[in-house]
Amino acid sequence: MSRIVVGPFNRVEGDLEVSLELEAGRIQAAYVNSPLFRGFEQILVGRAPLDALAIVPRICGICSVAQSAAAATALADAMGVTPTPNGLLARHLIQATENMADHLTHFYLFFMPDFARPDYVDRPWHPATAERFTAIKGSAAAEVLPARASFLRLMGFLAGRWPHTLAIQPGGSTRAITAGERIRLLALLREFRSFLERRLFGDALERIGQLASKADLLAWADGRAGDFPAFLKIAGDLGLERIGCADDRFLSHGAYGLFPAGTWQQGKTEAFAAARITEDTERAWLLADQPRHPAAGETIVAADKADAYTWCKAPRYAGQTHEVGALARQVVAGNPLLLDLVQRDGGSVMARVVARLQELALLIPAMEGWVQALQPGESFCAQGVMPDEGSGVGLVEAARGSLGHWLTIRRGRIERYQIIAPTTWNFSPRDATNQEGPLEKALLGLAAGDGAPPTIQHVVRSFDPCMVCTVH
Amino acid sequence: MKVLWLQSGGCGGCTQSLLCSEPRSLFDELRDAGIEFVWHPALSQASGGEALAVLEACASGELAFDVLCVEGAMLRGPNGSGRFHLMAGNGRPLTEWVTRLAGQAKWVFAIGSCTAYGGFSANTPGNPLEACGLQYDEQTPGGLLGAGFRSAGGLPVVNIAGCPTHPGWIVESLQKLALEGMADSDLDELGRPLFYAGELVHHGCPRNEYYEFKASAEKQSDLGCLMENLGCKGTQAHADCNLRAWNGSGSCLRGGFACIACTEPGFESPGHAFQETPKVAGIPIGLPSDMPKAWFVALAALSKSATPKRVRDNAVVDHLVFRPAIKKKGGGK
Ligand code: SF4
Ligand code: SF4
Repeated sequence: MSRIVVGPFNRVEGDLEVSLELEAGRIQAAYVNSPLFRGFEQILVGRAPLDALAIVPRICGICSVAQSAAAATALADAMGVTPTPNGLLARHLIQATENMADHLTHFYLFFMPDFARPDYVDRPWHPATAERFTAIKGSAAAEVLPARASFLRLMGFLAGRWPHTLAIQPGGSTRAITAGERIRLLALLREFRSFLERRLFGDALERIGQLASKADLLAWADGRAGDFPAFLKIAGDLGLERIGCADDRFLSHGAYGLFPAGTWQQGKTEAFAAARITEDTERAWLLADQPRHPAAGETIVAADKADAYTWCKAPRYAGQTHEVGALARQVVAGNPLLLDLVQRDGGSVMARVVARLQELALLIPAMEGWVQALQPGESFCAQGVMPDEGSGVGLVEAARGSLGHWLTIRRGRIERYQIIAPTTWNFSPRDATNQEGPLEKALLGLAAGDGAPPTIQHVVRSFDPCMVCTVH
Repeated sequence: MKVLWLQSGGCGGCTQSLLCSEPRSLFDELRDAGIEFVWHPALSQASGGEALAVLEACASGELAFDVLCVEGAMLRGPNGSGRFHLMAGNGRPLTEWVTRLAGQAKWVFAIGSCTAYGGFSANTPGNPLEACGLQYDEQTPGGLLGAGFRSAGGLPVVNIAGCPTHPGWIVESLQKLALEGMADSDLDELGRPLFYAGELVHHGCPRNEYYEFKASAEKQSDLGCLMENLGCKGTQAHADCNLRAWNGSGSCLRGGFACIACTEPGFESPGHAFQETPKVAGIPIGLPSDMPKAWFVALAALSKSATPKRVRDNAVVDHLVFRPAIKKKGGGK
């Protein structure tokens, strides 16, 4: 048995290190470490409740809007206020813009460059892949950055700026869209649609949304030009459809009123009950205690704790690990293509990528509909009164999965604030019962160490990790 | 010009913001100015051991580079050990890496307010993270590198403050350095490049007409000036946010919410709720810094009494209800 430490894993958001125990070049055990601690939950204690809207976006520069939406939802819950119809549409649009930009960034800038590595120089697809996807220098980066920046102009209108907007409020949004801006938003969406249809998919978004099985997907991709078909060819060659599976238990908080909340395992979907979530700190450098529900959670540093190996807590649902993300969202929503992929081969590297890209194809048309439904001249923000005592929960979906904020207010100040970020679920360490986290499970049995192909990189990045969220 | 980029106790938002650089593709624009990344944690191909080898070569002076860009606060805790942020795969504190690399760099850029002054991490009550900026501990000179630090190129740390920082502020700073060099006279007293910190956020704010007449927003999403009730610090914050668009056409004020002065040290703890304006006897205490208070009060009273109905009524709704009047043509048939 040998032990190696892999890191830094760059091209993820934040810091990540993985310790591996190897037997004959194969992974027998993996320990996932986030070697950074920030402690935002403590910053929030004692502040005015609405200050959370300025503070929580700074947890994460890649999903700052998801953080602010979770805070706004928790505050709205505490205030008993409901966003106006325009406010709700604006919030869906702001969140979807961030999430879709995120899927795009992840695919082009973080995930695909690994296939351009010299390790694959003998594969027939390598020359074209290296030309298109080499980090920074590839032809894709040159095209994707302007497409991404243009798409994020939606944020200029809807949210003032991105990242770190204060536009999302408990009652809706601070930014009323005018009739003229509504047209601009549609034009921006059409521009982005055209980029996706031309370069990513090589087909109409609606056609991608209709793909309903693995056979359908592969037949569609066969011989087609486009970056998604190119990925499917690579995935087939490297067997990514079976690599990187965790426990295939999925969880989603539900998103945009389009994808419902729930959990899924072994073919069965169940209703989601937030009361069944606990967080375990056994193997984190945090004071250990009984696993607690986040509404009663604590985050107290214990930097010298023996046996601990990360700053990340271990969230569990009904005592079990669950995977979150686009794949989880789609499986819970009963998406036929993703259900087929998972039931056939498991929740693999390929399934995770397909889920994200199909979500792009499903969301852009939905966003066009939301823009059309905006009613210029009607209110974008409902007003409410912050109670002196109360509590609230905000459950939203960031691009990379389920994000929850739990808040208690006492004497007009934040008394407790606990957060579970998506990567906390996926990159969780072992818990008191020694149950491995999803990534720790997904790495088992893979080849690693000298001379091994960069498979671990694909598995790690297939989860689209965000370590700065994890260690908030 | 070779740029080495590191991230520490931050949110990665300044890199995400940088990627929004417009109108040209960021990588093309940098390349044409002769700027390349030796390594960037979010963008570079090299990972694991390869990446560590590059960093070590830079830190030991074996591999020359020009600019060290650091993003995120320096976490010196617990107990000065730096263990709140260790380099993945290497186990050494980031504070140690940054100190070594800053000693080799010709110029050091603090990317964002966390790196410049310590950011929210330095604002946890009691600062258990022992967080600070590269050359400031909030308002106080010092920080990780010390008040007297000068890089080999002869400048203090260049503080491209902002939370996050605007992509244009980074790209222009790098290009300025690559094409023309940078001198002390290009920076303000806090080390911020003057080309963006020489303005106030208030300049060019679309709410300036409401400000003139003290026609104030009363609640979130109203169109009026956000200074009197909703916490706007635009008259005190150094940045060109309303002269240089964010994401095509935006800014905080255009987005309908107050400037929280994210380019200023200590913005994280204003001493009041972010979206409220503290007042004494009905007068905001955070008045424009270069205007005598008595004059402000007198002018405000005068302009309030002269506010056109259009401005007064539009200020308290979220869409225009009164258009500017069209002057009737006189004397025609
Ligand atoms: S909202 Fe702020 S920046 Fe805009 S005019 Fe008023 S004080 Fe100035
Ligand atoms: S307007 Fe103020 S808060 Fe907004 S980005 Fe500019 S300086 Fe920061």
